[in-house]
Amino acid sequence: MRKTRRRNIKITISLAHYFTTDKMNNFSYTQAATAKEATGIRKDKADAAYIAGGTTLLDLMKAHLEEHSQLVDINALPFRGIEQTKDGLRIGAMERMSDVGENALVLQQYPAVSESLLLAASPQLRNMASIGGNMLQRTRCGYFRDAAFPCNKRVPGSGCPAIAGDNHNLAILGTSDACIATAYPGDLSVALAAFDAVLTLENAKGKQRRVPVTEFYLLPGKTPQKETVLEPGELIVAVTIPAAPHAQRSTYLKVRERSSYAYALASAAVGLDVQAGTIRSARVALGGVGAQPWRSSEAEKVLTGAPATEATFRAAAAAALRGAQPYKENAFKVELAQNTLVQALLKVAG
Amino acid sequence: MDTAEPSFFETNPKAGSVGQPLSRVDGRDKVTGKARYSAEYNSLPGLVHAVLKTSDVAKGRITGFDTSAALKQPGVLAILTHQNLPKLAKTPNDPEGKKAIGAPMGFLPLTSDQIHYAGQPVAVVVADTLERAQYAAALVRVQVTAEKPLASYEDPQAKLFDPEKVQDGKTPGHTVRGNPQAAFAAAPVQLTHKYDHAINHHNPMEPGSTTAHWEAADRLTVYESTQGVTRTQKALSTMLGLAAEQVRVVTKYIGGGFGCKGSTWPHTILTVQAAKAVGRPVKLALTRQQQFTSMGHREDQTQTLKVGASKDGKLLALIHEKTSTTSLWDNYAEPNSRIINLLYACPAFESSYQLARANVMTSTFTRAPGEAPGSFAIECSMDDLAYQLGIDPLEIRLRNHADKDPTNGKPWSSKSLKQCYARGAELFGWSKRNPKNGQTRDGRLLVGWGMATASYPVHNNQGTARVRLYADGHALVQTGATDLGTGTYTVMTQVAADSLWLTPDKVRFELGDTKLPTAPNSGGSVAAGTVSSSIYMAAQEVWQKLIKLAVKDPKSPLYRAQVAEVMVDNGRLMLKANKSKGEDFAALMKRNEMADVEGNGNGKYGAGYESGLAPGPASSGHQDDQAGHSMHSFGAHFCEVKVDPELGTVRVTRWVSVHAAGRILNAKTARSQIIGGSIFGIGAALMEATSRDPNYARYTNASLADYHIPVNADIPAMTVEFIDEHDPYINAMGVKGIGEISMVGVSAAVANAVFHATGKRVRSLPITPDKILAAKEVQV
Amino acid sequence: MSEDFPTDFAAPSSGSAPQDGTRRSFMKQAGGLLGLALAPPLLSQAERLTAFSKTVEGVTTLQLKVNGTVRSLQAEPRVSLLDALREYLDLTGTKKGCDHGQCGACTVLVDGRRINSCLSLAVMNQGKEITTIEGLMKGEELHPMQEAFLKHDGFQCGYCTPGQIMSGVACVKEGHATTDDQCREWMSGNLCRCGAYPNIVAAVREVAGKA
Repeated sequence: MRKTRRRNIKITISLAHYFTTDKMNNFSYTQAATAKEATGIRKDKADAAYIAGGTTLLDLMKAHLEEHSQLVDINALPFRGIEQTKDGLRIGAMERMSDVGENALVLQQYPAVSESLLLAASPQLRNMASIGGNMLQRTRCGYFRDAAFPCNKRVPGSGCPAIAGDNHNLAILGTSDACIATAYPGDLSVALAAFDAVLTLENAKGKQRRVPVTEFYLLPGKTPQKETVLEPGELIVAVTIPAAPHAQRSTYLKVRERSSYAYALASAAVGLDVQAGTIRSARVALGGVGAQPWRSSEAEKVLTGAPATEATFRAAAAAALRGAQPYKENAFKVELAQNTLVQALLKVAG
Repeated sequence: MDTAEPSFFETNPKAGSVGQPLSRVDGRDKVTGKARYSAEYNSLPGLVHAVLKTSDVAKGRITGFDTSAALKQPGVLAILTHQNLPKLAKTPNDPEGKKAIGAPMGFLPLTSDQIHYAGQPVAVVVADTLERAQYAAALVRVQVTAEKPLASYEDPQAKLFDPEKVQDGKTPGHTVRGNPQAAFAAAPVQLTHKYDHAINHHNPMEPGSTTAHWEAADRLTVYESTQGVTRTQKALSTMLGLAAEQVRVVTKYIGGGFGCKGSTWPHTILTVQAAKAVGRPVKLALTRQQQFTSMGHREDQTQTLKVGASKDGKLLALIHEKTSTTSLWDNYAEPNSRIINLLYACPAFESSYQLARANVMTSTFTRAPGEAPGSFAIECSMDDLAYQLGIDPLEIRLRNHADKDPTNGKPWSSKSLKQCYARGAELFGWSKRNPKNGQTRDGRLLVGWGMATASYPVHNNQGTARVRLYADGHALVQTGATDLGTGTYTVMTQVAADSLWLTPDKVRFELGDTKLPTAPNSGGSVAAGTVSSSIYMAAQEVWQKLIKLAVKDPKSPLYRAQVAEVMVDNGRLMLKANKSKGEDFAALMKRNEMADVEGNGNGKYGAGYESGLAPGPASSGHQDDQAGHSMHSFGAHFCEVKVDPELGTVRVTRWVSVHAAGRILNAKTARSQIIGGSIFGIGAALMEATSRDPNYARYTNASLADYHIPVNADIPAMTVEFIDEHDPYINAMGVKGIGEISMVGVSAAVANAVFHATGKRVRSLPITPDKILAAKEVQV
Repeated sequence: MSEDFPTDFAAPSSGSAPQDGTRRSFMKQAGGLLGLALAPPLLSQAERLTAFSKTVEGVTTLQLKVNGTVRSLQAEPRVSLLDALREYLDLTGTKKGCDHGQCGACTVLVDGRRINSCLSLAVMNQGKEITTIEGLMKGEELHPMQEAFLKHDGFQCGYCTPGQIMSGVACVKEGHATTDDQCREWMSGNLCRCGAYPNIVAAVREVAGKA
């Protein structure tokens, strides 16, 4: 049982009680045929939103966590395909999790990416959810998810009851006094962050820019409501993952409270290039423990050039969690994340 | 047994369809989507939708509503609050009203401006479509003066008290047998341990739902997701001030209940009132989040169990204390002590309950109420005792086997627990168990075996049924029971078929309607035994009527025989002394131009059957001690787990359950029910916990993504067997229930297997990875 | 399935179609007014984007091809596919267990793939082939997956069952039921509170073995 002791904290209760029941406002719906058309609508209407699979957006709207006056269906946009490019494997943002997870090229070149997809959600949700949408999932923090609670991420300045409350599934790395959520609760971005994936974004002017996944997510700081560098109206076009030996020899290990269909308590995406027992290059990212997908250069530093032994892996895990700031109920994540990382490294070291 | 009433054992010494693994007779409707549940009566004329608006805060007072924005929404028909809802004839807000209604909670929302728990309904919004009702509800602004709530007995501000009785007066707050304190103090072996149990929610897949249709100003039909139509009828008619017959309740299909649909909760009467207000049929389905604050839960609780034993492992004293959270109005606690008092031979026993009031709704019976968490405490402690003394866990249970009921000294009506142990151990391979813990590995994983005893009472109850046999050889059988998925439709078809010597396809069985004869709630494992006996007795009346007809029919070979000299076998009426003299019922009926003959039967279950006392419409458990025998099902669970010592994850990898529960009516559905209860228990053991914020007294994980119930991948292949048991004392069919016992002992079997695997004794449910990582190893 | 258009354009029997306008107008018109709905024009997949109005606002006529038949309904864009099926088309075989993609009771096939219909908008599914539990039977003959669920008792209360069966059909077709363990994992998107999992695995595996 998650037992949390009462603390003497001030409780802020808003008088405008919004929360009630699953519901959605009466938005209008538009099918966009081109990116230009889609971004054009968003430009004119700040509170419009894009919809692809709908699995994140409609969930949030029903729970009254987001409200939009217009939904722009971007499924017809040509952000499709999984193809080899000179920069690596390029995956269209509108591809579905299930198709990418079982794609032969992904399986061969980036096992961790495939595993992160196939260990996520359920077969039905994976059939629906787009790659771009997956990356824009929002936290499972119970205080964010229930509009009856204060939450700095939802209502900036309203407070963070998770700090003195139920925080067993929240973050221990990269948090702030304003927010301790694992803002991205999913799996894919953890693997993408590990393997230096780069996003292609497109704005209303049709201009594209490239942003590494590691720079895509923002730490909460004083503005936990701002979760990514995505500008209003900007679309995720594709994600490109560079080819590398450490990506080919990779895995994604996920620890959950049940065997499937659950978010991670802790997870690790790791890749190693081992030659003659020595680690030439390493990639490490953690999920479920960071305020955002947590790439650990500290762990990678320990691993690179070291022998591929359990001792090395444990040292790397210790380095990865060195800055951890646990709370009352999630202190176990320090040990769990280290063990998860060690097990993942042992597996790829084989 | 010498009973005046006929019994199935005598009339049908060789069962026909009964016991066979018949596929569910309602199965075709369920696999084709034709089965209609309570929110699916869409063809009612002018049907509209209601949704609840619920309170954000757990304590406070409503100072006003702003409904202007909501009322502007198209399609909105009504917004009902405590300010404009007509008064009910009776509410459960006073003890007399609560009792008259049979309400699970001594408080009805929307009867005042008070807010007592988070998620309490504060308004009902009705609109022409679901979407519009939902959105309008969101736009209703509620002005609240909020106060700081109490969240649980763990709050330092909470005041613990010793209730005189718990569980609505059914269980004494304090029980003493023998001299437990002295016996414990003198015991050579003493164990004292605390056991925590998280809040659990039933979470049936179908959320609570109601469709209310006022067919006239004083005539109401309610399609309700309930475990008992009669109890719902009583509750609604009492609250509305109507006669029972003015309220019809229909439940043809119900998407699971597990206890939470055993009572009539506020949303049901609110839907009925909403339908009255708008003058149209109204349906309301709880959202999943609302399900967590609308139909009760298993309360958060801590048990302390002291075990005194001799050096050879014989129990000398058991002292049990339970502390738990209850609501502001009710003294509800699951009766954990019942099984601890009963399970083993022990000369001294004491139990006491402590409660603390908090801003929560009243908790309620959750599958195996009391027995499930109670067995966790006693069965883990028995395991500890076994390890401490170096005795095999199964052996220590045999040494403490209760040959008679230790609580009252009565003999058991039947008890086949030793056979359950033996068969379970054989199927599981228990004899190959490594006596040391933490020793067995499968690669990185630690492997452990655990077992536990299960038991559940035969709760006194009764019901009625109607059987109509047609001359052409088919039958209509009716009773107001419900089928929660337990198999009622199917097993009752089989019982009727055998009682009438027809094949099951010739029996049409109807249930789930207050227009039919009265049956008990499906709960407390009483339905199978009570309803089957009712049907059997109704069939006996059919045969008696036909025998009386035959002996008066000059054309019958039985003309002028004494009624008592005639028997029936295989549908043929014949002289007991000369079986060649007789005739088939169809011939008799056709000759007399009788299209059909009808019989009504009253089936008694448990103490009332043996004692011959009319049990009355007693609630479950009442008058259990009236019989000469003590009546219980027994069983044993055996479990293998694999534990990842680094990641703290536990997987159940093998499962064996063997139960003895009297006559098994259908081998297929009974097996499914045992599997289902075991999985329910595995959920409680490993993953289920509703988290209530200590400051806001509001749940933080009220969803099926964050409140984990087991998924397919959590569950291995399972082996289930039953021990044949012939029990003539319990009812005319010799049936005990299996719905609850399937879950009893499960969490202990899992926890014991985890201890065997890891040497870590986790006494706090659920056993999640954080607890495995935190626990210390104890090598024994 | 052919692109042929439907003979069935019956009104939803629930009479729950909304009206844009006052309450009074709804009250007056409730019941039967959709019987007048006309058959939509013949469309090809390619024409879909342009044929359906690009921006949909308020109550409009939506067309959903369900179990081979195009059905019309009057609904707002916020209506989920699940609610469209259950509340507007009276196809109540598809169940609502959580409305948030967390239980799988609402599983249907869209263009042959299993999805959670609660997290999809009806308006987004126009022109697609939607298959629900009501569409599995051939005449009076049960689909092999339905037969297998009956035989193996792959359900108790029956509420998750349509979703389980639709998921099972897809699971076999995907090739994800080749071993018991694989089947367990790929059927884990459908919760069953009665705990019929071992029997569900038996049913799905049996059908997979015959496929």
